[in-house]
Amino acid sequence: MDDTLFVTFLVGLIAATLRVATPLVYGSIGEVITERAGILNLGIEGIMFLGAFAGFAVAAKSFEAGIGGYLWLGLLGAIVSGVLMALLMGLLTVTLGLNQHVSGLGITLLAIGLSLFGFRLVFGESSVLPSVDPFSQLFVFGETPILGPIFKQYLLTYVAFLVLVPLAWWLLYRTSFGLELRSVGENPEAADAAGVNVFRTRYLALVIGGALMAVGGAFLSIAQLGAFSPGIIAGRGWVCIALVIFARWDPIRATAGAVLFGAVFALQLRLQTLGFDLPFEVFLALPYLVTILALAITGRNANYPGAYLKPYRRE
Amino acid sequence: MPHEPYAVEMRGITKRFGTITANRAVDFALRKGEVQALLGENGAGKTTLMRILYGLYHADEGDIFVDGQMADIRSPRHAIAHGVGMVTQHFALVPPITVTENIILGYTDRFNIDLDAAHNKVAEASRRFGIAIEPRALVKNLSVGERQRVEIIKALYRDAKVLILDEPTAVLAPQEADELFESLKRLRDSGLSVIFISHKLHEVMAITDRVTVLRSGELAGTVNTAETNQADLAKMMVGRETFGVTKSDVNGRQGDIALRLEKISALDSKELVALKEISFEVRTGEILGLAGVSGNGQSELAQVLEGTRPSTGGRVSANGREITNAGPEQIMATGVGRIPEDRHESVVAEMTVAQNMALEHLHEFVRRGMLDKKRIRAHAETLIEAYQIKARPNDRIRTLSGGNMQKVILARVLERNPSVIIVAQPTRGLDVGATEYVRQKLLEQRQRGAAILLISEDLDEILELSDRIAVIYEGEIMNVLPAAEADIERLGLLMCGVSV
Repeated sequence: MDDTLFVTFLVGLIAATLRVATPLVYGSIGEVITERAGILNLGIEGIMFLGAFAGFAVAAKSFEAGIGGYLWLGLLGAIVSGVLMALLMGLLTVTLGLNQHVSGLGITLLAIGLSLFGFRLVFGESSVLPSVDPFSQLFVFGETPILGPIFKQYLLTYVAFLVLVPLAWWLLYRTSFGLELRSVGENPEAADAAGVNVFRTRYLALVIGGALMAVGGAFLSIAQLGAFSPGIIAGRGWVCIALVIFARWDPIRATAGAVLFGAVFALQLRLQTLGFDLPFEVFLALPYLVTILALAITGRNANYPGAYLKPYRRE
Repeated sequence: MPHEPYAVEMRGITKRFGTITANRAVDFALRKGEVQALLGENGAGKTTLMRILYGLYHADEGDIFVDGQMADIRSPRHAIAHGVGMVTQHFALVPPITVTENIILGYTDRFNIDLDAAHNKVAEASRRFGIAIEPRALVKNLSVGERQRVEIIKALYRDAKVLILDEPTAVLAPQEADELFESLKRLRDSGLSVIFISHKLHEVMAITDRVTVLRSGELAGTVNTAETNQADLAKMMVGRETFGVTKSDVNGRQGDIALRLEKISALDSKELVALKEISFEVRTGEILGLAGVSGNGQSELAQVLEGTRPSTGGRVSANGREITNAGPEQIMATGVGRIPEDRHESVVAEMTVAQNMALEHLHEFVRRGMLDKKRIRAHAETLIEAYQIKARPNDRIRTLSGGNMQKVILARVLERNPSVIIVAQPTRGLDVGATEYVRQKLLEQRQRGAAILLISEDLDEILELSDRIAVIYEGEIMNVLPAAEADIERLGLLMCGVSV
């Protein structure tokens, strides 16, 4: 490979990495915020799936109705769907104090089922896969070599890296709400005794987290693909669960993890085209393998939030 | 005669938990600028009453008045708003965050926190109240005494006019307690009203202006400290004259070495050094008391001797046989009886009293490969009778009171006449009656010739029972004293790591 080819390869790889990482940044930061409050939301896979569906369905129907900002409506629809699922998770785990593993998996099954059912209801069984014109990419550096293609990204990618990550850090570490949220996840008894409303804080964490997860899912359907298919999330929610542990519940490290996963994913796509004599599934499995490896290496001395998985009752 | 309204007044407070009435029509009044003790045995309802005042529980009946005004306190947030602060027995702190963050938690005026300004405000409060704390330290790195200071500052930072302290000295060395008392006196003189929950009479006499005594959830009376004495207070507490256990022969008849530790070292659960080359021996017919402030390696030492924690160096032998890093079963086989620190962990809560009594020696209750239920039941009935346990063989053990549960464990161990007994915190959380019973049983075992290692954070217990007293500090034995040479001050210094 000569130099110009290599640069092209590298530039493509970086651009793809950021794109692939985007839904993971939304999902894993949503999960970080939720888990920091002491709740493991295993509903993430389903909420991302529902977000992808709701975003796409609202966008497609709004387009049909001739509404200009149909993609933004779709995004709003995704957020609403994520918030509703988060509220349901809150009802089960915060109000009723049920097991978080079972509740989360239940939410995932429910959300996926609802999405697939909703898809048939809304779009019927057409032979042509419905699609919408998705968000377009921003040419921040125009067609400049190197910088041009790297920064040719979706607005949602910019928002993820430049707005969401610092905002999540500030929220967690520099606001009264973040302090209350972390305390509720570490020692709800102490937070309660200090006058913090434990239940409200946990619901808020779930809702913020759920909204972010849904946006992560919607990014795939209304930005990257412009379509919805049953394989759209493909375990990205579970990857986020792993990334959060890998990141030791820190939004910045979670973003780094998302980028790492994105890089491996983008790399394997390119390796597939290089003509190795291997089934393509091997390459597809690569990012997930790396996730497991990273988790095995870093997750061993993970310091879980003190009240992780524990419902709170006053007596 | 018009008088200044009480800082806090509680009238006719009743609180039920299921079928148990924790407080029955209790009246309580706190004057402004006084330190008042709330005295009573474990389970007398002191903590419940104060948790109601702080909004952690809600009273079934009765009213609360703050500064003469009826107050509806439904959560700590309301209590704080009314100027009531509480330092609970188990500190309500969040370990992985800083002192400042703990103090401002739930009491921030703005969404965006300026951490530097917050640190300064906390440091200023620390100076103003004369209680030293380091704002930027992480709470998880603080000692128990330092954490308590954080809790007190936290309450004062919220403009508490009334400060409730729930058994504040239980976790402190005597000298630390003295420091706390000095701070409290200063704060009282500057106008703070303090409620001091305790069951330690000498503290109550030393620090308070008035004493309210609770007995079995009911008010036994309120007296001026200056007009009472320890004996009268004790009588109010238990409703009868107290009779402590006494050693029948002061010197005892000590024989051969039964338990020997040579340079035992071990790590704690965080893999930090918990025990550093601990050596001592216990002779037959002797009680060796191990005193120390909570968390100085007592738990780890007990676990090493019980066979549930590996030692990283040194040797242990019992009755001349080496049991270093042997399992619990082998240790028991050498004639060692174990009464662990956490009684809930040494029984199986969902199993019956009879099953728990048979559990450590199940093979003795097997007939033709099956458990012999009749024998297990008969065995339990004998022990229940002999140890005056208020339970039936088929009761699930979790339904028993702490005292009866401890009696079950005691019976299970003592019926085998162990030659060495390792006993940790045997009376923690027990009422006076059960405490006396347990101590009496230990003295009987000593009389019989058992070698007893008594690990306890209750100095009175150590002084009452021990022939010799070892003091542990940060995993090291500071000194081993004959009981006759040990007094509270000397032990207190040793417990703080001062060699005397």
